[in-house]
Formats: sequence, C-alpha cells, structure tokens
Amino acid sequence: MATTIIESKNKIHPYKMLLWVGLGSIVMMFAGLTSAYIVKKSQANWLEFELPKLFYISTLVILISSFTIQMAVKKAKAGELAQYRGFLSVTAILGLAFVILQVRGFQALEASNVALTGARSNSAGSFLLVITGLHLLHLVGGVIALVVISLRSAAAKSSSNQVLPVELAATYWHFVDLLWIYLFVFLNWVG
Amino acid sequence: MSHEAALHEGHGHDDHGHHEHHDTFLTKYVFSQDHKMIAKQFLITGMVWAVLGGLMSVLFRLQLGYPDASFPWLESILGKWAKGGQITPEAYYALVTTHGTVLVFFVLTAGLSGTFANFLIPLQVGARDMASPFLNMLSYWFFFIASIIMLSSLFVETGPFSGGWTAYPPLSALHDASPGSKTGMDLWIIAMALFVVSSLLGGLNYITTILNMRTKGMSMTRLPLTIWALFFTAVLGVLSFPVLLSGMILLIFDRNFGTSFYLSDIYVNGVGALSNEGGSAILFQHLFWFLGHPEVYIILLPAMGMVSEIMSVNSRKPIFGYMAMLGSLFAIAILAFLVWAHHMFVTGLNPLLGSVFVLLTLLIAVPSAIKVFNWLTTLWRGNIRFTPAMLFAIGFVSLFISGGLTGIWLGNAALDIYLHDSYFVVAHFHIVMGVASMFGMFAGVYHWFPKMYGRYLNNSLGYIHFWITMAGAYLIFWPMHYQGLAGMPRRYFDFSIWESFKQFAELNRFISTIAMIVFATQILFLINFFYSIFKGRKVTVLNPWESNTLEWTTPIRPGHGNWPGEIPEVHRWPYDYGKDGHDFIPQTTPVGEDETGTH
Repeated sequence: MATTIIESKNKIHPYKMLLWVGLGSIVMMFAGLTSAYIVKKSQANWLEFELPKLFYISTLVILISSFTIQMAVKKAKAGELAQYRGFLSVTAILGLAFVILQVRGFQALEASNVALTGARSNSAGSFLLVITGLHLLHLVGGVIALVVISLRSAAAKSSSNQVLPVELAATYWHFVDLLWIYLFVFLNWVG
Repeated sequence: MSHEAALHEGHGHDDHGHHEHHDTFLTKYVFSQDHKMIAKQFLITGMVWAVLGGLMSVLFRLQLGYPDASFPWLESILGKWAKGGQITPEAYYALVTTHGTVLVFFVLTAGLSGTFANFLIPLQVGARDMASPFLNMLSYWFFFIASIIMLSSLFVETGPFSGGWTAYPPLSALHDASPGSKTGMDLWIIAMALFVVSSLLGGLNYITTILNMRTKGMSMTRLPLTIWALFFTAVLGVLSFPVLLSGMILLIFDRNFGTSFYLSDIYVNGVGALSNEGGSAILFQHLFWFLGHPEVYIILLPAMGMVSEIMSVNSRKPIFGYMAMLGSLFAIAILAFLVWAHHMFVTGLNPLLGSVFVLLTLLIAVPSAIKVFNWLTTLWRGNIRFTPAMLFAIGFVSLFISGGLTGIWLGNAALDIYLHDSYFVVAHFHIVMGVASMFGMFAGVYHWFPKMYGRYLNNSLGYIHFWITMAGAYLIFWPMHYQGLAGMPRRYFDFSIWESFKQFAELNRFISTIAMIVFATQILFLINFFYSIFKGRKVTVLNPWESNTLEWTTPIRPGHGNWPGEIPEVHRWPYDYGKDGHDFIPQTTPVGEDETGTH
C-alpha cells in the first residue's frame, strides 16, 4: 500500500514539508522574543551579567547529539536496526543531559544573585529564562519524539517505514541544535 | 474502482491510522479526519460564536442607545451584570472585549479560513484530503477546547476579561487592575494560546497541501484564486501567530511570576506603587500588532479569494487580470508585516519612524485598488447571475471600497492622532474588515452549501438576508464616521453626561435599533441554513453553478477521499468562461487543437 500512487509529483514528502513550515513558525516565535530583547536592552534598568559556564558544556553536549542522531539516520537507512536504536538512545540521553545542564545553569544564576523571576528580577534575567526555557521545552518535545520512535521501532516487526520518522526527528533535532547555537551567540555577544 | 480502494490509494503515503473504514458515529461526525467534516465543524462552531458575539453587540448597543432606560428582563437573564435592568459598566466592558476577541479570532479567523481552507483546498487542488488529516483534526479540537475555555470565562464570578480585545498591559498584566483581569484574563490567555496552536496546525496543513498535494496538471498558476488567497492567509498566520504567542508568554510571566517585561513602578489605585521596574507596556503593543495587523489580512484574504471565484463564475467571464490578482495578494501579504506600528501612532512613536509606517500603510492602497479594479472589470459586460452568493460578493466589494477609503485617512499619522480611538476607527474597521469579511463568508456559504450538504439554501430568504444586512451595515456604521469626526471616543460606557455628545443620543438610538434588526435578520439566515441541511431542495446535477473548478467533478455528496475513481487531471486554468463559443470549460477538459490562448 505504501508503494501506491502518491498523487502529485512529490519532490518532498508532505510530512517533511509540514515540519519545515512548522520550523519556520518556531523561528518567528524566537525572532519575536529576541527582537523584544534588543528593544528592551536599549532601555533603562538593564542588568549586565555573564552566562553561566554550564551553558558552554550544554552547547558541546547538544552539538554531539546532532552527530549521534545523524548516525541513527544513517543506520536506519542501512537497515542496521540495533545500532540505529542505540544511537537514538544515546541522542535522547544527551538531550536529557542538556536539560539538566540548562536547569543547573539557571540555578547557578539565581545563586549568583541574578533573580530570574519575582520582585527582585530584572528583565535581562527574565528574558534569559523565558527564551532559553522555551528552547528547552522544544528540546524536551524532541526527546519525547525520540522515545516514541525508539519504542515503536522496538515493537515493529519489519524494518520498513523506520526511516521517515527518524529523518523527521533528525531534522527537528538539528533545528533545535541550531536554534540553541543562535540563542547562545545572541545572548552572549549580540544581545 | 470502489470508494474503499480510492481511499487506500489516496493515503498511500501514510499507512497507519487508515485501516478502519467503517465509520462509527464518533469517527464520522466527532473525531472526523475528513477535511469536509472538519470544515463543517469549524463552520458551525464559528456560527455559534457569531450568534453569541452578535448578541453581545446587541446588548452593549442597547446600553449606548438607551443609557437611561431600564429593562427588567435583562436582569432576569444577566443577573448581577444588569442590576436594576441596566447593564453595569463592568459588564459593558466585558461584552465589548469578548465581542471583539470572539469576532476577530473565533468567527472571522477560525470560522472563515478554518471552514473554507479545510473545505476548498483538497477539493480545488485535487487531493483526497489534507497532508495530515490527523493534525487537521487536532486543529479543530484545539479550537473547540479554546472555545469552551473562552465561553467558561463568561461565567466566572469576577467576569470575563474586560480590557479590550487587544489585551494591553497593565490591564491585562495586573490581577488587581479590574475584576476581569483576575480569573477572566487567565482563561482568556489559555483560550488564546490554544487558539494559536489550532491555527498553526491548520496553517501548516493548508500550506503543505497546496504546495505538495496538487493533482496532475494543477500548476500553481492554474490554482483558483480562492486557493491562492487561502495560501497567503496560512503563510501570514504561520509567521505572525507565534509572535503573539511569545508576547503572551511574557504576559503570563508578568502576571504570575513577578517579572517586569511590561510592568514598571506605576501607581495603581487601591494597590499602591508596584515593585516592578523598567517594564514597557509599549513592548506588548509591538508584539501584539506584529500579529494584529497581519491578522486583518488573515481575516480579509479568504473573503477576497472567494469573492474573486464567485464573481467570475456568476459573471460567466474569466477573472480580469489573474496574474495581477495574484501579485496584489502577494503585495498585500508582504505589506501586512511592515505596517503594524500604524496602530501605535499615539504611543510617542518617533515621528520619522512614524512617517515610514505612514508610507508603507498608504502603499497598501495600490494592491487594494488593483483588486477592486479587477473585480469591477470582471463584472463589466458580464452575463451576471444575481444569486445570493453573487450579491454578497458584490456587497463585499462595496464595503471594501468604503472601508478602504477611510483606511487612507487613518493611515496618515497626522489625521490618526486626532481620530485615534474614536468612533471613526470603529466605523472603519467594522466596514472594511468585520462586515466585509462576514459578507465574504456568507458568499462562500451560499455558493458552496450545495457541495457541503447536497442541498440548496432557500434563495428568497437569501435575498432578504442580503438586502437587510447590506442596508443595515451602512446604516449602522456610516453615521459612526460623523460621531468619530466629532470626537466621540470608542469604548465609553455612557455618553449622556457630556454636553458635546448629547446631540448624538438620537443617532445612537437609531444605530442600536438598526443593529437589532440586522441581528434578527441573521437569525433568518440560521433558520435557512439548518432547515436547508435537512429539508432544502436537493441538488440533482453535479455542477449546479456551471463552474470550472474541480470540486464540482466530485459526486453530489462526496465521501472521504472525495473522488470515487481516480483524481481527475487538470488541463487548463479555472477561468475559461465564455471562451470560443463555450459558456464554460471545466479544468478537466483537455485543450482542443484549435483553441485560442490557453493557460
């Protein structure tokens, strides 16, 4: 059934296009937030502080995870399912490590008297929390997707139909990675 | 080929979730993944909201028209909202706010593009369904949950949000700013966030389906203008709604986590000075209007597309200037993102920056004028059929011209500073965006009802509906221009205490009376609609309007999958009317050997 006609001369699978359009929409959300950040920074009451050192480690972690998910795609295409699931799991674990590092980073900031919320907070810290927090939520969504794909793959009887899900997940994962690089550069040097 | 087989073929690329073809009541009418059923769900939910939103306007018009009168029956319906038979100021602001929110988002966004993008895109591009029927179903259910939450905010003790549909802080950011700023605002934000998710899921599907699922021969320049308009609408939504969402997330933080994005150390009566520092309420306005202005076109473009299609079909003439229509849609979509600050001329915007926004705003007149010219030249010497759909389409053009002209006034910063927040603005946007888009929606319903339900709407009721609504729209909103020029501010509860506005008491009563008559007429439309679903005259021919587009090649009551056999191939554009001695040539007809100029 999967081989029957796809009605139009598809150059790209509809689900992939859905994902790309969706990524465009996520870009706009962060474009809105970082624009607001620039506007706000030029106004009074802006607190200057350094990003937590942990964010450098988390950047490294997410970069590595992009590599592992790409390996997962490669293995899925080659039909080496055990290795494919292995790389998926490693990616998901790296994703979780990123989450922990980010949360620790927020805690380190609070500990160094940069209030992110509450009466003592400054927009600079609050913006950092909202922007990186929203990025983190998108990454958690990616981890959930990876877990679902892993479970489905383990339950599946045949090796067919395993490539598209991981390709979609990989595109999304690279996007979340790139988005973090952008935000990291932006928060560190541009904003 | 059987219907079942066709279904299998159509969903060849997503082979999970479609094995079950014996629809139960639940999968057919409730959790349906058929784009046509989802369209009807959007339409009927939108209609429920239109009635509620319309009723709210009747209630606050009652207050504006009869500020001193007491209506005991109001108290029996609204309870404490109408103590002593008079609407309270709090209730008035709640009604105005909810009316605006509901009409803009739930009726004219979800109800309009939710309905017609769902219904027309697969049918007119030649696809079995949307790219992802499942996401499409989710899109409706997010809208439904948003609706329930918004509706429930009407019943909380402190009332729904009452700070205007734009939800500017500090009214929206401070719990203690007004009764509606408490639970009402929380529910408003949740409902709107879910609504944004709904329109994003919808928009992703619309864009992908149009780009990716067209039938053989359906090149982009053979798409009906409805599809092009719905495409640009979806692009606008997908790019601008996330920005509103980001603005609302910051708002949630200010409300609940003590941050200072929008709040600063202002003094609030009864609360004292706030402990917030350095926030800027203007920031919210930027984020809001970056969606807010494209939103105007999200509302208007689908109506424009349907009007183009309906005018061509009922003039028995090709649409005049197809490529110009396309180009102007494109230009409007681009400009939509570059004019948001014209809503903010009185915020202390840098005058130089302001004049840039004036220029860009006035530029919108160019593509708008192209569209109007092309609609009129499509009518010119046409063999016009005055169906109710056609009348509403022509009515749309009339309203678009009238409301568009006052847009040129308001786009000028110098004039806007005087007219801002006056009834002139109310008149302008109701005519050009509100009523005009509503007319587009009516035109679409009258035109595509036979395809939706296999029956016709009653024509006589349609004519009555059109003429009263058309006359009523102008009688309601035309006088408001004069009130606005005289300085009458919008959103006020009672004008009778001002000497300068007392002269408008009778005019206000007149407007309110007409508003009630027009509202009653819409009930007539509802009766027509629901009666005709079950008892209307049956459609007996495949193509009742003798139209060229693909939806009329499906069976009278198409099942899930739309075409029982193969999807037809397309050989020409959809506007071959009155060509080479033929009244109309459907898109599926191959090009003849001696045919002149083909698209």
